[in-house]
Amino acid sequence: MHGTLSILPLEVADLRYAVRGKELLRGLGFKLLDGSRTVIMGPNGAGKSLTLRLCHGLLRPTGGRIDWSGPAGGNATKRHAMVFQRPVLLRRTARANLIHALSVSDVPRAEQAERAVAALAHFGLSALAERPARTLSGGEQQRLAIARAWALRPQVLFLDEPTSPLDPAATRAIEQMIQSIHDEGVKIVMTTHDLGQARRIADEVLFLHHGRLLEQAPADQFFSQPQTEEARAFVKGELLW
Amino acid sequence: MDGDNAFLTAFHLILSGDPALAQIVALSLRVTLTAVLVSCLIGLPLGAALSLARFPGRGAVIVVFNALMGLPPVVAGLIVYLALSNTGPLGFLKLLFTPTAMIIAQSLLITPIIISLTRSVIDELWSEYEEQLRSLGSSALRAIPTLLWDGRFSLVTVILAGLGRAMAEVGAVLIVGGNIAGYTRTMTTAIALETAKGDLALALGLGIILLLLTLVLNAGAFLSSRIAQRQAA
Repeated sequence: MHGTLSILPLEVADLRYAVRGKELLRGLGFKLLDGSRTVIMGPNGAGKSLTLRLCHGLLRPTGGRIDWSGPAGGNATKRHAMVFQRPVLLRRTARANLIHALSVSDVPRAEQAERAVAALAHFGLSALAERPARTLSGGEQQRLAIARAWALRPQVLFLDEPTSPLDPAATRAIEQMIQSIHDEGVKIVMTTHDLGQARRIADEVLFLHHGRLLEQAPADQFFSQPQTEEARAFVKGELLW
Repeated sequence: MDGDNAFLTAFHLILSGDPALAQIVALSLRVTLTAVLVSCLIGLPLGAALSLARFPGRGAVIVVFNALMGLPPVVAGLIVYLALSNTGPLGFLKLLFTPTAMIIAQSLLITPIIISLTRSVIDELWSEYEEQLRSLGSSALRAIPTLLWDGRFSLVTVILAGLGRAMAEVGAVLIVGGNIAGYTRTMTTAIALETAKGDLALALGLGIILLLLTLVLNAGAFLSSRIAQRQAA
């Protein structure tokens, strides 16, 4: 986002999260910079989704720090949005879903309809505007959820396994949306366990395993020369747990 | 037999267009529908708020409202009677033995039903919506209208439960209304009276009309909700 102050970088230090004494994240530390697409990888249960939720503020860490240390970092809450693996759309039309999101984030009423229509048009979803959101296909619902997040004009977009329940055509449509949002200057932070998708999207990889950050590296380096045994096995497509 | 007589009487009553009957039906509907409206205005937002709010003693509040769903109508009537009687705290309002007193008593009776059932509907919806709404930046307060609207099809059933209770109720309206002919006589109090007088055919006839009314109201609510649901999914 040019012309506005950035909330980035995001600095995470010694991030811990435990549920009933069970440590799910054990001291993560990383720094996310503006511009690149960061993909968080790792097998199921590694803590990928948890890390996103903690950064997005949906969960409270049991230890450590999450700092939006950019010049606008003090007021970061409304500057990052999240797309979930299974989007929750409201029982109303596609357009009304966007208007609701804009209304909740205090966009003036006069601008809501216009921005909702613009967001749908931006992603080629205008034909769906008046359809009840819950009757859309899985792929259409996820595209609508991304359009809804985009309409909030975030600087950072978190996506949690956004394509995992979808077929290849829908996955491709979603990846194109992510690409175009990236091209507009929005920081992308997403999780996936799909190696192919990570290769297509990632500029940078964070590799998690059993609640620890094992690697943070540029994508080409991570895929060609993984540094740890676990990452090597993961990149080779071996089963890892 | 009385049964045959009752159907004939009911049929005759409906066809005759008896103004006294029409008046009783109109008052019954007015009292009940107003009480349901008042209870919804209070109970829907309060039930949703109770679902989302976290405060010490919340469990106790939930138990109390659940228990109040079973509040005996005569007790509700008695409470309102005591409050509205000349020596009561609200005696100066001169509302005892008026339709307004009946509306108050019925509202007292069905608001807990609306609150408790709404809370349970919203509980379920909130567990699905919470992360998404919080992610969008919605406060719990802002989530209340969102959830009530998205739960509208389940909430129709909640409202019908309240309506059914109010339509069927006789104890409370009898105590605070007094069953005054032409003024506070409803279907149920008329039935009670005719039964006591021994005119079972008339009582049963009125009963059949009351059942038909309830059936029509429920069918109307069911159909309109079904149609809306098909359009909005």
